[in-house]
Amino acid sequence: MIKQHLFVITCAIGLALPAIEAQAAVDKHARNLAASCAACHGTNGHSSGGTTVLAGMDKALFVGAMKDFKSGARPATVMHQHAKGYTDEEFSLLAEFFAAQKR
Amino acid sequence: MSINRRDFLKLSAAGIAIGAFPGIAFAGSELLKKKGQRVVVVGAGFGGATAAKYIRMWSNNKIEVVLIERNQQFISCPMSNTVLGGKRTINDLTRNYDSLKKHGIKLVHGEVTAIDSEKQTVMLANGHLSYDRLIVAPGVDFMFEQIEGLNAKVADESIPHAWKAGAQTVALRKQLESMPDGGVFALSIPKAPYRCPPGPYERACQVAHYLKNNKPKSKVLILDANPDITSKKGLFTAAWNELYPGMVEYRPNATVLKVDAASKTAKTEFEDIKADVLNILPPMKAGAVASMAGVVNVDGRWCAVDFLSYESKVHKNIHVIGDAVSAALPKSGHMATSQAKVCAAAIIELMQGQQPDQAPTIVNTCYSMVSDVEAMHVANVFRFNAEKQAMVSAEGGGVSAKRSELEGTLAAYWLENILNDVLV
Repeated sequence: MIKQHLFVITCAIGLALPAIEAQAAVDKHARNLAASCAACHGTNGHSSGGTTVLAGMDKALFVGAMKDFKSGARPATVMHQHAKGYTDEEFSLLAEFFAAQKR
Repeated sequence: MSINRRDFLKLSAAGIAIGAFPGIAFAGSELLKKKGQRVVVVGAGFGGATAAKYIRMWSNNKIEVVLIERNQQFISCPMSNTVLGGKRTINDLTRNYDSLKKHGIKLVHGEVTAIDSEKQTVMLANGHLSYDRLIVAPGVDFMFEQIEGLNAKVADESIPHAWKAGAQTVALRKQLESMPDGGVFALSIPKAPYRCPPGPYERACQVAHYLKNNKPKSKVLILDANPDITSKKGLFTAAWNELYPGMVEYRPNATVLKVDAASKTAKTEFEDIKADVLNILPPMKAGAVASMAGVVNVDGRWCAVDFLSYESKVHKNIHVIGDAVSAALPKSGHMATSQAKVCAAAIIELMQGQQPDQAPTIVNTCYSMVSDVEAMHVANVFRFNAEKQAMVSAEGGGVSAKRSELEGTLAAYWLENILNDVLV
């Protein structure tokens, strides 16, 4: 919520500031983390086909899936290996970023 | 086009570092007048095109990006081995660059001839461009001089490496089609590091796939300069034994020292191998543009960078991404895009006087097609380790449990998505 407020405030004074500042509303580390997923899941999670569309995905659904991949509860070809490379905190950051992307 | 480059290489081999000359005279006019902050990117492959797009996207189009590329079209090297196997044509892997223009990227087609790191200027045949920050994304060049009898002309005309997708990929496929049944396809692999670690073994599979269906008495002979298969060893060995029994022969520690184009003979330290098709992958190094920028500082071949920004360890304001980088990271298309995004984010921060992300965490996923339908992968997360100042593989990465048709389908999804991420 705080982030959303910041975003509104930044946008409100956006005319006076360079637009680049609007990016401050986005958690850039989360954005940077999520960027690696694009090779299979498309830019900002907008899959071009085949793979799961991550843009707009429910946060709890995303985190749950990643945790299940990590534990092996959910079988996978590739995702179990990627999931093991991330922390639970990073799952939350990624979930937040993708949930904020318009589908 | 390549005359300039070859001349440059000759000069740099003679120890004359052109790019390092301060105050080098720049002929020609300024191609595009620089107004605000500008990033020039040299090379629009997986790394360069991604960096250009993401700088625009993440800076809300505030930073000017000029992207220089010698080729008119983008041809994907990943999956290009399937052109040899017959699953795809080169057209299936070819995209145009027009889609990048919607991001406001200024695309300049041309050949870079020199770079002045002091004046922060890039020279092209018809003029020059100044930059605040430069991204060098040159991919690899081939060290033909390490193999007697081989050079760029021989590679173009009779012994293709086909290690950059394009005309040589098509030429190699034609040689395969003209090969007699019972013939030998000899593939030589240089010592690591080279572009795409599993690529040569995937190629052996694709060639074997074609031969099995068309010329079943033929053989694929792999001459590997490395002491063992460098990537996905168990999976490739199983694919050769189970899909192409008796067809693929693997010889480790076999460095090709000399070739004879007329007789299609390759010479190693131990033997002469006469083949019907010779496919020699020469040793590789950072592309020539990295030398022009004066940022090659590891073994005379690769570029050391700061992994928080991909800024060169030699020159400030020059960043290097992709295959040219010296790192314990695979030289792959996906890795180039992952590095490009870290670099793009860092440049935006640095241009605003901010600190880049201190914990870059990136991914590589690499599929190898072992037939027309089956594939397997290697997948890893890599994290920045501040103590080592290096990118280190995170826990849990690894290869497929087994090859499968499902992964063959996933590989096609990967290609579609990554090409759109790079170019659209």
